[in-house]
Amino acid sequence: MPPSRRFAILAERDINKETFVEPWPEAGLIVADSPYDPQPSLRLEAGRVVEMDGKARPDFDSLDTFIADHALDLAVAEEAMATPALQIARMLADINVPQAVVRRLACGCTPAKLVEIIRHMNVLEMMGGLGKMRVRRTPANQAHVTNWKEHPALLAADAAEAALRGFAEVETTVRVARNAPFNALAILVGTQTGRGGVLTQCAVEEALGLRLAMKGLTTYAETLSVYGTERAFTDGDDTPWSKAFLAAAYASRGVKVRFTSGTGSEALMGHAERCSMLYLEARCLLVTKGAGSQGVQNGSISCIALPESLPGGVRAVLAENLLASMLGLECASGNDALASHSTMRKSAKLMLQFIPGTDFICSGYSAVPKRDNLFGGGNFDAEDLDDWNVLQRDMQVDGGVLPATEDAVLAIRRRAAEAIQAVYDELGFPAISDAEIEAATSAHSSDDMAPRDAVADLAAADRFLASDQGMLVVADALRRRGFEDVAANVLEMGRQRLAGDYLQPAAIFDLTPLPPSPETTPRSQERGEGQGGRVRFHVRSAINDANDYAGPGTGYRLEGERWAKLQAIRQARSPRDFIAPNVGPASPKLVEIGAARPSTRPEVIVAVGPGFNGALTRTIGGLEHEEVLAAILSGVAEEGLTARVVKVYRSSDLAAIGYAGAEVSGSGIAIGLQSRGTTVIHKRGLARLNNLELFPQSPSLTLETYRAIGRNAARYAKGIPPVPVGVKIDNWARLRLIVKTALLHRRETDEIADKPPQELWFDWEPED
Amino acid sequence: MQKAEGGRRNERYPLMEGATDELKAASGRSVGEISLEALTADELTDDDLRITPEALRAQAEIAQGADFPQLAANLRRAAELTAVPNAELLRMYETLRPGRATYEQMVALADRLVSEFEAHEAAAFVREAAEVYRARGLAKP
Repeated sequence: MPPSRRFAILAERDINKETFVEPWPEAGLIVADSPYDPQPSLRLEAGRVVEMDGKARPDFDSLDTFIADHALDLAVAEEAMATPALQIARMLADINVPQAVVRRLACGCTPAKLVEIIRHMNVLEMMGGLGKMRVRRTPANQAHVTNWKEHPALLAADAAEAALRGFAEVETTVRVARNAPFNALAILVGTQTGRGGVLTQCAVEEALGLRLAMKGLTTYAETLSVYGTERAFTDGDDTPWSKAFLAAAYASRGVKVRFTSGTGSEALMGHAERCSMLYLEARCLLVTKGAGSQGVQNGSISCIALPESLPGGVRAVLAENLLASMLGLECASGNDALASHSTMRKSAKLMLQFIPGTDFICSGYSAVPKRDNLFGGGNFDAEDLDDWNVLQRDMQVDGGVLPATEDAVLAIRRRAAEAIQAVYDELGFPAISDAEIEAATSAHSSDDMAPRDAVADLAAADRFLASDQGMLVVADALRRRGFEDVAANVLEMGRQRLAGDYLQPAAIFDLTPLPPSPETTPRSQERGEGQGGRVRFHVRSAINDANDYAGPGTGYRLEGERWAKLQAIRQARSPRDFIAPNVGPASPKLVEIGAARPSTRPEVIVAVGPGFNGALTRTIGGLEHEEVLAAILSGVAEEGLTARVVKVYRSSDLAAIGYAGAEVSGSGIAIGLQSRGTTVIHKRGLARLNNLELFPQSPSLTLETYRAIGRNAARYAKGIPPVPVGVKIDNWARLRLIVKTALLHRRETDEIADKPPQELWFDWEPED
Repeated sequence: MQKAEGGRRNERYPLMEGATDELKAASGRSVGEISLEALTADELTDDDLRITPEALRAQAEIAQGADFPQLAANLRRAAELTAVPNAELLRMYETLRPGRATYEQMVALADRLVSEFEAHEAAAFVREAAEVYRARGLAKP
């Protein structure tokens, strides 16, 4: 057999660049329910776990011990384990069962029990559960800001833009580890220029990360990775105790901490121990909980392509987000690393977190182009920002990203670049030139930036890290150089550390800027700074913004001012001026001469709509009504007949217009013509909605087509076979022009009047 | 509808708004005095941006009251660790990473947490780790 053309085309599709494999439990290549996964069990003796998930305490590995001794709420564990998993699954899906009731039981479940609950749930039920179990009432989003050249002005500009666009957290990382203090500094200054209160972090090796936080260059830490088996954990150079100690160390400096886990990492590291990805993730989450981390980023993260290669992979990723939320962990729900070549598959997967809402929809939306993303891609990047904004507007869903205008973005980028230039200058770092400011302001990627002296930058970064300079000297440098508002924001980030309010679960600083203070100058408002020099960040967390979803009418609703902001994408136009190009001076050659009378002549009637050559004067395709009419009449004349023009007032509906024309036509044949150009050939005696020929694609109709329509109508009138009229088919026309179509029709409908069809005198003669 | 438990709102939270008068930096300076004006007057030092054990204990209580007991325990350990200097804290973390320290060295660390820093909860945590590490081969032989 010859090969299928269709399969050849399918093979070229983006989806077929992906890898798909069948499950192989022995290699850990199974997303859920490995035959080797332990069965749920729990036995307590004297208030101590002596058996968990089929394993007796003497056989516990370090993770088992940690989970048994720190994660499980033993006060409810026996009740939770005795409650059928199906019942807990139904509680998750039931809007009448509050979040706290489900969470209480979940906190007493062993890893195997948590997985057993998921076994009963489909994706839709899990999405509903996620919307209810999400920790923070208000959803938010996190951005990645990095670039290949690690250019400080570009980092600051991109961070400022991300802040302006509403991201609540911004994460950077390094290509060269020694750049860490400078990259952290650039996004600190950039974000606090864009919007005060944006939390920042720099993903680097654990000990270095802690040093950056101690210097005040970062305000949270996220990449505290945990794994579901002891061997993978050890390969990650930590234990649950060292990770928990690190979490306490961060907190002791007033720094927010979020752990990182996710399906697939153990299989990738060769230490899955034949268990399913979801079971191992449940262990990770309990370790995270036990360590006292307020939250986790999961959803497979950098391993996403591995579960996605397997059946049920995307479902399992949703399940892990749900498990985190059930346990009361803030969840930054993946959607960060490149997950697919197919935009359809990427968007579909995103919906599982986007629609329910999570604490951070992306644990890193790439606010820079993919090629500048040092985290492994950027599943959604700077080039998808408009798409993201439209999705929010389409679904009335808050995905944590605000629309922004080009002017506001350019202004904030320039100011951030100038701010980091000032800091570099004040602290004696290698200078950032005015040309670099210009480049960073308008740049899309690091391709737009000239390279810097990497040796000098790295040497200065080393000195900065080794020095005792930190947040205070940065704020002071900004203040001295006239960036009081940015200095105030940086200082406020430091001052917030003293309260530790943002150490509570799912904490962010308010997404909504405070109303401008009296000190806000018009100039600072123009620059897009809402807060002037005086700032007060408002924290939102599980304590004061707990998710209270309990079905329709409850929980977070995108409405009011926030919804107005998310609707106002820069592409949205006022519909009121849409039809202006279709309204011009009416042709004086057409004159109404009284009610149209029936005739018996062999003629064609051209019946036009009530707005014709009046309220409207051009078709949707931009043709003058007069020229359209002339073309039709020329076609009729070619066949040796004449035509009368009749204006129908009682309807704007095409079939009704044509029908009314046919009623008075001597031959019984009429051409119905709406003012937007849509045309029908009608015949007396046919049902109103029937017709001889319909030309619905008005934008594609040319004067030549109208002439052919005239010819055909005349041929019908003469009783000879019509000639097919060639019309270009453009299936995109409807998509492009539907708003205009609706508004043109509305305008014509406004002209409807209660009077019989009127004959129009058309001052026109056929060309020879 | 079943009765919701937990998630109780705390009137003092956020402490930055509900307990501003009591909040101090590690330096003893009140949070209200940490301002751009103070920065301009060159009055601020790094200790003015360091959280106090009292603030962390207050947050631990808030977390406990909202049914986040593990987070509360972490914040209590954090309160103890405020006393540990930066470099020392980094070394302690390093000691706890797998294969870095012998059982005896870990126990010694726990002892020092108590004797030098009165960090009883953190010390108990390190002691517990020492036992598990020894049993699971995660301590340096």
